[in-house]
Amino acid sequence: MSSKNLFATRWGIIAVGIFIGILAPLLQKWGNPGNMGICVACFDRDIAGALGLHRAAVVQYMRPEIIGFVLGSLIAAYMFKEFRPRVGSAAIVRFILGIFAMIGALVFLGCPWRALLRLAGGDWNAILGLFGLITGIWIGTRFLKGGYNLGRTQQTYTSVGWIFPLLMLGFLILMLIDPQVEGQGRGKLLFYSVKGPGSMHASLIVSLIVGLGVGFLAQRSRFCTMGAFRDLILFRQSHLFLGVLSLAAAAFATNLILKQFHPGFAGQPVSHTMHVWNFAGMTLAGLAFALAGGCPGRQLFLAGEGDGDSAVFVSGMIIGAGFAHNFGLASSPKGVGPNGIIAVIIGLVVCLFIGFTMRKKAS
Amino acid sequence: MSDIVDARGLSCPQPVLMTLDEIKKVNKGEIVVMVDTDTSKENVSRAAKTQGWQVFDIQPEGEGYRITIRKD
Repeated sequence: MSSKNLFATRWGIIAVGIFIGILAPLLQKWGNPGNMGICVACFDRDIAGALGLHRAAVVQYMRPEIIGFVLGSLIAAYMFKEFRPRVGSAAIVRFILGIFAMIGALVFLGCPWRALLRLAGGDWNAILGLFGLITGIWIGTRFLKGGYNLGRTQQTYTSVGWIFPLLMLGFLILMLIDPQVEGQGRGKLLFYSVKGPGSMHASLIVSLIVGLGVGFLAQRSRFCTMGAFRDLILFRQSHLFLGVLSLAAAAFATNLILKQFHPGFAGQPVSHTMHVWNFAGMTLAGLAFALAGGCPGRQLFLAGEGDGDSAVFVSGMIIGAGFAHNFGLASSPKGVGPNGIIAVIIGLVVCLFIGFTMRKKAS
Repeated sequence: MSDIVDARGLSCPQPVLMTLDEIKKVNKGEIVVMVDTDTSKENVSRAAKTQGWQVFDIQPEGEGYRITIRKD
């Protein structure tokens, strides 16, 4: 049995929240886009772009933070004997939920992590997004109370648990052997933005180290931005919520110190002011995360500790980013994409279908 | 004899939901909860304590844990 996990205590999760809350604005200071020191959805989307799964030239970069999240979690899981390779729990459903979670997040322009960071940077549009997120999670808790579940996982071969971390390692190697050439939008294989958010990034080594640190600590603390609200609604438990609260507070304080706090609605970085669709996009994302059992960050950390089903969810998010940009679903600072609204409606219908039809009590 | 909740293979929040359902059902006595991840072990223990139950024993079993909670 592993020794007592200090990071899973009340002060542990608060410390991890503060750690992430300080580092995310610093990543922005070191080069990442505005209020996007860390955004799991945006960074997955940038990775989809780097691989050419979409051709939105402004959002293509193999984000080392994501690679670090998975590998940091893998290291922590092995150090503390928590690596448990497992698969077999409704993989196709998780894949679809990942697609629609990404579409919802890209209508809002951020995942729950970025919603908190946008708020901490003074982007009041994030308030609508956070209300939407909570609404989506609340709907998810109704399904959970009604018996919704994804079914049991099965233990599997160690190598299966290694597949996703190895994929991330492969992406890192690709970055090293195919780096961006100044001013060029294409390496030998990878796509690189030369302007826009995808061109804005901290150095590879800094991003990777921060990603590894966050991945390590988040695996130990079970940090989850969706779980924070879900547990509060479902059990009146504030444990994970304290982590989210401390992240937002620390990011706000760090932004003030770094002079990155600019309050207002209009003209916020990588953000739009269509309030209804900020709300609805995050309602869809929140519901999809709740049905899938974790926020996009938590899914990466779980994938790092051997959960093949979470890896499928992340894969769904990356493919969803391809759809979002290829089919005009993603928003831009000008507003929602031409097909974003219908995509959100379809996504909500699909999530409700999943929620209503997977209600058999686990036996 | 203890009531047994088998939450192995289920991801959060299912193990906690199942434990709380059982707590509500039996009200007091002893419940054994079987989980297969450390996260579930921590979550179930935390949830039991907030309901006024005592985490009496945690034993490794197979690839997971056998958690015994009690309330007199």
